[in-house]
Amino acid sequence: MTGTTDAARSGHTSTVTASRPSRRRPALVLGGAVLVLVAAVLTGVGIGAFPLPPGAVVLTLLDRAAGALGGGHLAGGLDPTGAAVLLELRLPRVLLAALVGAGLAISGAAFQGVFRNPLADPYLLGAAAGAGLGATLVIAYSPAQSLGPFGIVPLAAFAGALVGVGCALALGTAAGGSQSATLLLAGIAVASFLAAGQTLVQQQNTEDLREVYGWLLGQLGRSQWSDVGLVLPYLGTAVLVLLLCGRALDVLAVGDDEALSLGVHPGRVRLLVILAASLATASAVAVSGLIGFVGLVVPHIARRLIGSSYHLVLPASLLIGGAFLVLTDLVARVVLAPAELPIGVVTAFIGAPFFAGLLWMGARRR
Amino acid sequence: MTPQTSGARVEIIDLGAAYGRTRVLDGIRLTVEPGGWLAVIGPNGSGKSTLLRCVLGLHAHDGLVRVDGVSTAGMPRRARARQVAYAPQLPVLPEAVTTRDYVTLGRTPHRALLAAPRALDRRIVADVMARLEIGGLADRPLRTLSGGEQQRAVLARALAQQPRVLLLDEPTAALDLGHAQQVLDLVDDLRRQDGLTVLSTLHDLTLAGQYADRLALLSGGRVAAEGGPDEVLTAAALQTHYGARARVVSGPHGPAVLPVRAVEPRL
Repeated sequence: MTGTTDAARSGHTSTVTASRPSRRRPALVLGGAVLVLVAAVLTGVGIGAFPLPPGAVVLTLLDRAAGALGGGHLAGGLDPTGAAVLLELRLPRVLLAALVGAGLAISGAAFQGVFRNPLADPYLLGAAAGAGLGATLVIAYSPAQSLGPFGIVPLAAFAGALVGVGCALALGTAAGGSQSATLLLAGIAVASFLAAGQTLVQQQNTEDLREVYGWLLGQLGRSQWSDVGLVLPYLGTAVLVLLLCGRALDVLAVGDDEALSLGVHPGRVRLLVILAASLATASAVAVSGLIGFVGLVVPHIARRLIGSSYHLVLPASLLIGGAFLVLTDLVARVVLAPAELPIGVVTAFIGAPFFAGLLWMGARRR
Repeated sequence: MTPQTSGARVEIIDLGAAYGRTRVLDGIRLTVEPGGWLAVIGPNGSGKSTLLRCVLGLHAHDGLVRVDGVSTAGMPRRARARQVAYAPQLPVLPEAVTTRDYVTLGRTPHRALLAAPRALDRRIVADVMARLEIGGLADRPLRTLSGGEQQRAVLARALAQQPRVLLLDEPTAALDLGHAQQVLDLVDDLRRQDGLTVLSTLHDLTLAGQYADRLALLSGGRVAAEGGPDEVLTAAALQTHYGARARVVSGPHGPAVLPVRAVEPRL
């Protein structure tokens, strides 16, 4: 190949040797992330006041799956109490943590790609403030606790997040077309307005302060299967759309004019990605409250590991985000057991030093 | 790399454009023959870049642009991108992307947007990079390349589109004389070997006269002169449209423009 000889002649031997592993690296990183996620889930369901050995957990789950498919019985699973702890308490919580972490991380990566801004996070366009207002309103005023099988707070937060992003999009497109800077500013305006509304409602109903704050700091402690059911359809759709948009986001990195000259409509791609990322954020926020840090930092971790192409950063963020939140939730419920720390506190406590370390190592390598 | 088709005829018919209420282009009529190279010259602000952006459909305009007789107005973006490739004056070079990945973006209009590059795409990218002698830089981050290498990478991305028309906005703006000649020689080779049609802006009049086979002088948003380099590059035209004092001397490969300093140095 001419490339190799050219490089060898001009003394770029180091880049040539580095190129060989770099072709396989994405597959290795994604494969590794899948393994880490599975290990995190098994650790997450295994550890607690009632320990469950991973082998028995796997056997129990396989047995249930086989049973559901009409297959035979597998021996060596958990006893009935263990199975109940696994299926009714641990599994919904751990799965929800994985879904929320994955959803926040992939939407953070998507927002960073759309706005070409490394500081973008999923809450940028008013999703957090809208969800906060929605949740506070129903905590303060709603007589009912649930609507059908779903809790009223998740539903209100979900609706609030979508309304927040919807307002920001409407205002931004009315003011500046598909300009991303205008959209960002519109998001800030909408978020401040909704946050002010939330504070107002909260101050008028100080007896509910504790519950509101608990929600704002993020929590997975009351997770049920119905929460998983509430999130999964929306999150699944949004994640699928985002994963498919990865290569289009890569084209957008060359700027709008050049993307158009390559046959890609930047405005359409941006709108689709923002809608999908907002749907993912809204579903995550609905069941977990406002968990910070994951959506901002996990994409950067993914980028350090796998490079900056969005068709790789998006799936890597998804997997790493899921594993990260499962492990932080584990820490949140184990450190002060039987009391629980708010998970938002733990994500920052663990995530910030870890990220600082990554930055420091990256700076030394350069 | 063998091109699928040779160059196309580009016709610009009564094209006009505005920024807000300011008309910047008016009644532009130009034709570039298949395999020809038309260089658009003109003083700063004469509308050169806007003309290229109109041809690409990046700027609203009236009048018509036809590629081989087909109006681009109703053409879908992807179809247009398979005909016409564009290298802007200041390309956006994405951060931390390797040269190979950047050049591969040129294959976008030829494959499904959701799909990974196929073996054919990878082969075309490797061929184009070898041809522009940047094959050895494939795994280097684009931003770490020198100015001349980056310009060749941008050109490689445009060629990976396998276009029939190449639009180049000031391809030599960031380059020293040697590298400028290198890039223009390369464009000329591509044009001669593949029959590509080239429409470029060039602010260096001597280079424009030596490389392009036809020149169009834009002034005040209109075509002030069009023709072969000897017809367009005259001392009188440079005085009128550029307000420049210059002598035009004929060289072996076209006219050369020699700036002349005022007799009385101003204090």
